[in-house]
Amino acid sequence: MTNLIKRSAADLSELLADRSVSSVEVTQAHLDQIAAIETGVHAFLHVAGDAALAAAARIDARRAAGEVLGPLAGVPIAIKDVLATIDMPSTAGSRILEGWIPPYDATVVRRVRDAGLIPLGKTNMDEFAMGSSTEFSAYGPTHNPWDFDRIPGGSGGGSAAAVSSFEAPLALGSDTGGSIRQPAAVTGSVGVKPTYGGVSRYGSIALASSLDQVGPVTRTVLDAALLHDVIGGHDPLDSTSLTDTWPSMAAAARAGLADGALKGVRVGVVKELGGDGFQAGVAQRFTETLALLAAAGAEIVEVSAPNFEYAIAAYYLILPAEASSNLARFDSVRFGIRVNPEDGPLTSERVMAATRDAGFGPEVKRRIILGTYALSAGYYDAYYGSAQKVRTLIQRDFDAAFAKVDVLVSPSAPTTAFKFGEKMADPMAMYLNDVTTIPANLAGIPGMSLPMGLAPEDGLPVGLQIMAPAKMDARLYSFGAAVEALLEASWGHTLLSQAPELAPKEITEGAV
Amino acid sequence: MKKAELMDYDKALELFEPVLGFEVHVELNTKTKMFCGCANEFGQGANTNTCPTCLGLPGGLPQVNAQAIESSIRLGLALGCEIAEYSRFARKNYFYPDTAKNFQTSQYDEPIAFDGQLTIELESGRLVTVDIERAHMEDDAGKLTHVGGATGRIQGADYSLVDYNRGGVPLVEIVTQMIEGGEADSPEIGRTYVAAIREIVKALGVSNARMEEGNVRCDANVSLRPRGSNVLGTRTETKNVNSLRSVERAVRYEIQRQAALLHAGGTITQETRHWHEDTGITSAGRPKSDADDYRYFPEPDLVPVAPSREWVEELRATLPEPPAARRKRLQADWGFANLEFQDVVNSDLLDAVEATIAAGAAPQAARKWWTGEVARLANVSGVSADSLVQPAQVAALIELVVAGTLTDRLARQVLEGVIAGEGTPLEVVESRGLAVVSDDGALIAAIDEALAAQPDVLAKIRDGKVQAAGAVIGAVMKAMRGQADAARVRELVLERAGAAE
Ligand SMILES: [Zn+2]
Repeated sequence: MTNLIKRSAADLSELLADRSVSSVEVTQAHLDQIAAIETGVHAFLHVAGDAALAAAARIDARRAAGEVLGPLAGVPIAIKDVLATIDMPSTAGSRILEGWIPPYDATVVRRVRDAGLIPLGKTNMDEFAMGSSTEFSAYGPTHNPWDFDRIPGGSGGGSAAAVSSFEAPLALGSDTGGSIRQPAAVTGSVGVKPTYGGVSRYGSIALASSLDQVGPVTRTVLDAALLHDVIGGHDPLDSTSLTDTWPSMAAAARAGLADGALKGVRVGVVKELGGDGFQAGVAQRFTETLALLAAAGAEIVEVSAPNFEYAIAAYYLILPAEASSNLARFDSVRFGIRVNPEDGPLTSERVMAATRDAGFGPEVKRRIILGTYALSAGYYDAYYGSAQKVRTLIQRDFDAAFAKVDVLVSPSAPTTAFKFGEKMADPMAMYLNDVTTIPANLAGIPGMSLPMGLAPEDGLPVGLQIMAPAKMDARLYSFGAAVEALLEASWGHTLLSQAPELAPKEITEGAV
Repeated sequence: MKKAELMDYDKALELFEPVLGFEVHVELNTKTKMFCGCANEFGQGANTNTCPTCLGLPGGLPQVNAQAIESSIRLGLALGCEIAEYSRFARKNYFYPDTAKNFQTSQYDEPIAFDGQLTIELESGRLVTVDIERAHMEDDAGKLTHVGGATGRIQGADYSLVDYNRGGVPLVEIVTQMIEGGEADSPEIGRTYVAAIREIVKALGVSNARMEEGNVRCDANVSLRPRGSNVLGTRTETKNVNSLRSVERAVRYEIQRQAALLHAGGTITQETRHWHEDTGITSAGRPKSDADDYRYFPEPDLVPVAPSREWVEELRATLPEPPAARRKRLQADWGFANLEFQDVVNSDLLDAVEATIAAGAAPQAARKWWTGEVARLANVSGVSADSLVQPAQVAALIELVVAGTLTDRLARQVLEGVIAGEGTPLEVVESRGLAVVSDDGALIAAIDEALAAQPDVLAKIRDGKVQAAGAVIGAVMKAMRGQADAARVRELVLERAGAAE
């Protein structure tokens, strides 16, 4: 069986089920691809080849014994390093957790293993998911498979690069303000941030508790849906986990492929998520996509969300506030690295301070300081309190919009992948890159990014963001699958088939 | 530790008016911890009852213990509090190694219970109503052991060990409003208030309520207001005063210390103070200001607690009789004198005596056995009396005495046997052969033998000198190894001597 790595997870699922291929073969093929191109991509912080092959062999044995396994059993998956894994280091891209192997699996990791998926390793990310480029990883950046001189997005650049460079058919990500969707957009892959509470956060190293959500990173909408079905659903270990019974996302995605699925769908275009600051090629592909949708029978409606202009400001108060508290536990007492002060007495306070000074990178320190300040007595109401009010207003904007339309669309990111170093000196420029994705996190609604073409000026992928009302994740998959099919039919191929072929000889020395 | 200058207590009260406030932490006796599934129990070795959540590991998340919520609501109701329709947890942020997450999950501006009242009765009969500001839920910290150094405190220690078994144990913190007008009774108010809280949580069954094990911990705030002034004085907060007597002593000590200092022109530092049980003094801890910034914010990992009114009313219906009312009722039912009743209450034996009476014993007999022999034996082995023996066993013992099967002296031996685990009183009587010998045949043989051995005594008895029988009775009791009823022996001696009384 040739080109196993180019297959979707759904295809692999069928091949594995009828035993045309073994999980060991599929896993080995991906490990070979990792071996071939990883030096250039650097999507992984840890590759667990032996464990993956052993897990694959167990799945093959169970299948050979006639056991009926779940649809993704035997399919490899890459896991973002923010998720606790009992058998692999879990560093969240930070020096402070270097080498730390948790004594437990995150709920999503447990579910992935129980469903028979094969963890290949842990993927790179901005330290504690703070960043939009992986440049803030303590272990060096990941390179965009479309252009090694460019960022793969962040924080989940490792997971997005792994699937878009065919190192893994599936990956897990986490999205606090766009960390799944923005990397998907700039690497030409698919990423979904589920409804807040739809997927367990237990074992996901917290950035901002009220914003974080774990979700699928894939190359197709159906694959994302299949993975969502594995990881989603109530978890008693996460108090914010919803107790709803969820429909099958895979069934929803397949329903979106039916003829006329887009007919009569009311598609809202958020006026505030466009215009100035959006790259011309991004705006152009978005306009073309709207035209395709209209031609397919969708009704395009412009909607306004007047409070979105405050979203970034609110986000950059709520996130650092929660993060400053969530990151307090990194104190060297129970886990992680310990650094003693160079001189003076070894009190616990001084050891904590020295450890945090050495273990945290600059962006993490910046946000801890911001958050500590925002929560301080006398400033709380003006900062954290006001930000929470903005959050409510943004939720109302969404409610008003969804009263008129079924889904909302926008470009997933204002630009295509930027070059390394371009925004490192200017935190605000980096933060503004998340303008499109942040509102969904603030409101807790689901969002998806899927490829909508290449920007003419730089030939780099452009992402379409789709948002649906809270708990309507299934609608996201139906609509997303329909749009994906529509776009691919118009191109005559998938977007990723246009990505440069990454062969070992082509690997350049990584920039930065 | 040097004892501070103290002012004579009466003089201190002449010059100043004491203002009090108490924060009482009650450790709930739920099966599991406040925010995780770890067992809420101790004695299994350090850090054995821990998990990613209560160890504050990356990725750990809290889950609220529903039983702890229920206990907190019942406690709030018993304190006459309103129960919040919407209550939230908040993070209290501060770095300390015993706090695994480096924040305590507590409640800030939205506590589960607020605006309560508790009326306590002092020994003089004076009734004092203490206003409760709030009762909120939070998790406990781990336990630090400072190794090396002389004091066992962190200063001077070589290193410190942390045991997180207690980390995450559910607490309810009960905070009073300022208590004014306590005057000379202030120390007693402190003791009686904490005793009342302890009694309530025990009656509710929500805590083991053992102060010596830290189940109930009191922080006592004391400040003095100069007579004639309406400006509040600076307060000190004496932490972790862990016995009723110590609460009383600590309040008294702070009144005398602050009075001396103020009178000498000094100022009180707003600070926490440590209570030293051995020397009966307080010493300066860390300065504390109202501006301590814990950067409270609503805990985003937990959803709000919104108990339905129906549930709250259901819980209200489960409340036991208020302890003060119950005491009044029991004293009247049992016909105990004040001192007798106080003795039972102070010995913490109300439940035991009540259960013993319920098992059929007469109230006075139940009281006498519990506060007497059982308490004595408990004292010897350094445990609480009610942990030594079951009320049903004491009732059975009393029944044997009433039936004449046992003398008091034999009954004490049987009690020892019961405590030693030899079985029920009846079983101990049989196995140890301790029953009063009531077979007159054996007695008569012994008496006849004794009378024959002492013909002069026999003659005296026959002469009507009945008191001479004592010598024979003594000999008989000795021969019977004490297992005879002395009154019956006397009766029979006189009968055999032919000298009917
Ligand atoms: Zn635990």
